Amino acid sequence: MFDKYTICEEGFRNVVRDGEVVGFELSIRIAYYRGLRLSMVEGFEVTADGETFPVERNLFTAGGRSYSYEEMEREPTGRWEFGEKAVLFVPRPGGLAPGPHTIRVIQKLRISYSPMTVVGDDTKTLAIAR
Amino acid sequence: MAGAKSNLQRGVTLYSFQQEYYLGQMSLEDCVAKSAEFGAYGIEILSEQMLPGFPNYSDAVYDQWHELMRKYGTTPTCHDMFYDSKRFKGQIMPDEEAIESLKIDLKHASRLGCRCIRVIVTTPPQVVASCIEFAEEVGVRMLLEIHSPFHFDHEHIQKHFAVYERSGSTYVGFMPDMGIFVERFPRVISDRFLRDGATPSQVDRILQTYDDGGDLHKLPELIEAQGGNAKDIGLARMAGHFVYSDPRRLLDFMPWIHHVHGKFYDMTADCIEPSIPYDKVIPVLAEGGYDGFISAEYEGQRHIQDAFDVDSVEQVRRYQVMLKSLIAKVQ
Repeated sequence: MFDKYTICEEGFRNVVRDGEVVGFELSIRIAYYRGLRLSMVEGFEVTADGETFPVERNLFTAGGRSYSYEEMEREPTGRWEFGEKAVLFVPRPGGLAPGPHTIRVIQKLRISYSPMTVVGDDTKTLAIAR
Repeated sequence: MAGAKSNLQRGVTLYSFQQEYYLGQMSLEDCVAKSAEFGAYGIEILSEQMLPGFPNYSDAVYDQWHELMRKYGTTPTCHDMFYDSKRFKGQIMPDEEAIESLKIDLKHASRLGCRCIRVIVTTPPQVVASCIEFAEEVGVRMLLEIHSPFHFDHEHIQKHFAVYERSGSTYVGFMPDMGIFVERFPRVISDRFLRDGATPSQVDRILQTYDDGGDLHKLPELIEAQGGNAKDIGLARMAGHFVYSDPRRLLDFMPWIHHVHGKFYDMTADCIEPSIPYDKVIPVLAEGGYDGFISAEYEGQRHIQDAFDVDSVEQVRRYQVMLKSLIAKVQ
């Protein structure tokens, strides 16, 4: 659901901390028709130009708060709202090179009435500004 | 019940406008304004879709909601609840927590001014039963949604019905989704499967089997045996989740029906929903003396959004044209 809209066109950039490029981030929307408590969001598999990053190391920011994978699993109240552009930070020392990259994000959502995990899958070519 | 004076009223569930809301093209107010513009004055909302922060709302959120209703002359009808039994990984929510959760939904619906909540079909009967007293206190009915693949005669629905009958309360009942009357398989769905790689001849066979009321139980096996690919088998399985029940079965449950989901997949330019025979369903509701809203529920967006622009507003407009004309014929 909404797969092709889940990776946002804007918000793709390298992230600098203490003068060092520590990774990259991108904006994503939920692949479902309502917002969810974060404990039901089972993480994001990110691939950049074929390189896959560990789900457990991403940092997810929604509603003005950041959560690690483990924190999301236990989070009782924080939500990812419907249509909200959340930010997903992916650690990668040095970040990504300037120019276009093929980015794929698979998100997994635990929807109680569904026997199977709801999956959102989107691939887009995004560019890191030069 | 037959012969009782009916009062069929037009409404919209804002779910219909989800695509535009999601993409930031329409606000909550835009959705309400459009509904009112089409003469559909009953407003249903999935709070977790368009009211951020569920379920912890400030008074200001409720004030703004009521101001919106006043501004457009609309009436809140229904809040759609979810039963998040798998809220935490590897755990099933105990009934005591589910009961508390349902009470939160009831209280919230009451503050929105809704007359009922949609109880999602997977909710256990004992959870609903435990909330009856509370529902009566806050004046909000709990209506189990009869949604495909369920139908009135399904064992699970009958279990709920037994509990409701025993309770003697008028604060429990049903909300049939018109998707239980899919007589012709929605082409927006089979077209999507074709775009995704299904085989035209296999799709034809599936559509024909569905439309002829054929055996859907064995269909996936049959399609597989005939060399169908994964998409063909997927469509065959999906067809098995659609149902067509006799609309007249509604008459047996009329005293329990207080809200209706007007499901539709695709309204044609001449304002017809080719998969659901509304011209058969609406007269049955009138015959049964239905007094309540028919809440238009557009669900075509998810099947076309991969390849086409979605125009939910036009879809809802066409539905309302159809509904108005069908209601005019019966009351």
